[in-house]
Order: sequence, then structure tokens, then C-alpha cells
Amino acid sequence: MKALHATWTLFAKECRLEFRTRELLTATVVFSLIIIVFFSFAFDPTPAESRRYGPGLLWIAFFFAGSLMVNPSFAREQINDTLDALRMAPVPSFAVLSAKILANLLFLSIAEAILVPVFSVFYNVSLAGIVGRLILVLVLGTVGLVITGTVFSAISAHARMRELLLPVLLLPFLTPVLIAAVSTTISLFGDARELDRTWVTFLAGFDIVFLAASWILSDFLAEG
Amino acid sequence: MASAAAPPHTGQQGLGIRFDRVERRFGPLVALRSVSLEIIPGEFVALLGHNGAGKTTLLRIAAQLMRPSRGSVIFVGPRPGAPVADLPGKPGDEIPAASVKALVGLVGHSLLLYDELSAAENLTLFAKLYALDSVSARVAAALESCGLATRATSQVRTFSRGMRQRLAIARALLHSPRLLLLDEPAAGLDTQGLAWFSATLERLRGDGCTVIMSTHARNESLDLATRAVVLAAGRVQDDSGPGADPRPLLESLRAEA
Repeated sequence: MKALHATWTLFAKECRLEFRTRELLTATVVFSLIIIVFFSFAFDPTPAESRRYGPGLLWIAFFFAGSLMVNPSFAREQINDTLDALRMAPVPSFAVLSAKILANLLFLSIAEAILVPVFSVFYNVSLAGIVGRLILVLVLGTVGLVITGTVFSAISAHARMRELLLPVLLLPFLTPVLIAAVSTTISLFGDARELDRTWVTFLAGFDIVFLAASWILSDFLAEG
Repeated sequence: MASAAAPPHTGQQGLGIRFDRVERRFGPLVALRSVSLEIIPGEFVALLGHNGAGKTTLLRIAAQLMRPSRGSVIFVGPRPGAPVADLPGKPGDEIPAASVKALVGLVGHSLLLYDELSAAENLTLFAKLYALDSVSARVAAALESCGLATRATSQVRTFSRGMRQRLAIARALLHSPRLLLLDEPAAGLDTQGLAWFSATLERLRGDGCTVIMSTHARNESLDLATRAVVLAAGRVQDDSGPGADPRPLLESLRAEA
């Protein structure tokens, strides 16, 4: 109960900080929109090409958006050494980490809620009849991306050139998630419009394993 | 700034701390060399020394923000016979480090405050994390005490250095710590701020709170110290000892300075 209360308090703090400055949301949404819109103009894909290659582009946009978004999670705590204040407070380390994971999940979900309709229009991909299943894939893929990204944000927070280091560290770990998420989205956009249950199970398994790992490592991660 | 309106204190004894042959290395640099020191509950210790003497490292180890490379740190409960209320263990017992988090406060070199949050939001956040009751009343009292009640809703980034420091001190005192660690706490305070700070320290001393304050020899708050410890090159160079008058040592240091 105490951990949940602390997580909620810290999540509210993360949201307040972000919605006050809107640094992350603005930068990531604009950057991802540019990727989606520019690729649409550059390749002018047919509907069949869009259904085949669009999911890959969409998830690459999410990956870059996620990388940008999770980067400052722990770095912004260094400005006044506020992470020290959080470490001294009688709250579990996982509460600090999970609040950041939840906040990043919310921010990236907002970005995706803007990007997916834009993708649908520019790439002429109808989402009719698959919205529910698409949301399931987006949630599972985004959770994996955000958990891994936030953990690596904690690891790279003290590194020089962390903006460069984080995506480099992150990509090898997220490759399985990207493959699974893209494959599932392709099957969903295909003629059969079906969900590939194997990949969905894989995504759920990845999320559970990395969430457990982040819980186990939370004390080490909070030490910075 | 009214010290009378300060956050309520428990009137309970402070928390003791024992450093046993503590060593701390940063790569090839040895910041602390076999420091053994026992701070008795309720003592007001002035921790003195030149830059790089190891004062900040010792305070960070006491705050559990850093682990010693060698040696151990043990927290000790109030002296037998003192009121203990919710302190874990019996008076004089060793207390597990994990249990004392809520009893330790720190004013460090950094502010430990969020610039984009207002003064009230910062204090409310930490009051909630420390699971304090009557959060609004405590926050209002703390802001009143440090003279920032009229700027409660202003973001910290708009504050002057002295105002930030006062808020940082108010944040460290919000949960009524029994061991207060102060690392050059008077930095940036103006005359009015210094007066408030001295009054606050005097009240804490009266309440039996253990205080370890790292500072330079000319600081006026040193008059409150009940013990002086001098660090040099990571070692305890001089210690007036518990119960002894620290003034001769402080006077000699002032004369050197």
C-alpha cells in the first residue's frame, strides 16, 4: 500500500513536470510526425506496400520517439540531485522506477494516439474493425519499449554523451520487441486482419520478464 | 520568518551514528581513511576541515547515499531513559540502516528540489513520500517558518539563491528528522536568512535532534556546537570529544583562519 501510494505520488510529480514544460511530448510528437509524413511523400507507397512496410516504419517512429522520451527520465533528476532526495525518502526504489515507467508509458501512448491516425491517413491504411486488437499490440509493444528504455535511462544517466549512448544500448535489447510488434502489426494490417497470437504471447512474455528484471535491479538502478 | 511557526518537533531524542574504520575510495583517490567516530544522540557536531578533507563524503555516507569502501556505519537509538516512541528497537540499541531513512534529513551542496515545481508542490511531494499526516498544515507551517509563504505557488526556478536555500532547509526539516546532516547549509543565506537558520538550529538542539554540520570555522552557527571534529586529508585530525567544551578548538581554528 505504501509502495503504491509512493508510486502514485511520484507518477503525479512526473506528469506535473512534463505537462508544465511539455518538453518531451512536443519534441517526440513533432519528430515522429516528420518521419511518417516525409516517408509518405518520399516513397508514395501503394496501399499494398503500406500494409506490408508501414508497420515497420510506424514502430521505428515509436522507437525513436521512445528513445527521445525516456532519455531525460533520470537525467532531469541530476539538475538539483533530486534523485538523492528520493533515495533518502522511505520509499522502495521500485516505486521511483515504476513511477517513471508509468509516466513514460502515458507520454508515449499520447504520442502514439496522435501518430497512428496520421499514419492511417497518409498511408491509406484503414483501421476499421481492428482498433481494439491494434490497441492491444500497441500497449504490449509500448510497455516493452518503455520498461527497457527507462531501465537504460537509469543506467546511462551519469554517462557522458548519454543522448547517443541510450539508443545504441537500447536497440539490441529492443530488437526482439520490434520484430514481434512489427510482425503482429503486419498480420493485423494484412488481408486476413488477424492477430498473430505467437507474437502477442512473445510480447507479453517480454514485458513480464523485463518488468521482473527492473524490480530486481531497482535498488542498483536507483543508486545511479 | 518565524521560528515559532516552524514544523512541529517531537521533542524526542536524536539518533546516534557510529563510523567504524570507514574508508572511501574513488578510484585511486582516497577520500576517507579509516575514520572512526561515534556521534552520541543529541550532539551538535561541527565538522570542520579544508576543501577536499572528506566532509561531504562522510555526510553522504551518513545519509546512506554512498557506501563505504571499507568499514561500517551503525545507527544507534537514543540514550537509555530517553523517550523513544516510534523508534525501532530499545534505547541504545543498534538500528538497522534501512529503518532510519525516515529519521534522517540532509541539506547538501545541491538543493534537492525540483525547479519546475512550486515551493508548496516541492514540500507537498516530500511530505507525501514521508507519509506525514496533515500535509497541507505542515507545508503551510514550513513555508511560514522559512519566510516563503507569500511565494508558495511560485516555481523554485524563479527564486533567488537564498530563497532556494531556505526552502532546501525547510524540506530537510519537514519530516522532523532525528539526525540532521548539514553540508555548508548557510551558503547563499542573507543576514535575515542566517538569523532564521541559527534560530532553527537552536530549536533543533533544544529538541535533542542530533546535528552534524559541515562548515568553515567562521560560521556563527558554530556557537551552538557541542562538539567539534576536524578532518584533514580524509582522517580525523582533531576531536574535542563528546561532552567536552568545543570552544577552545574552535577558537584555535578561527585564529588560524
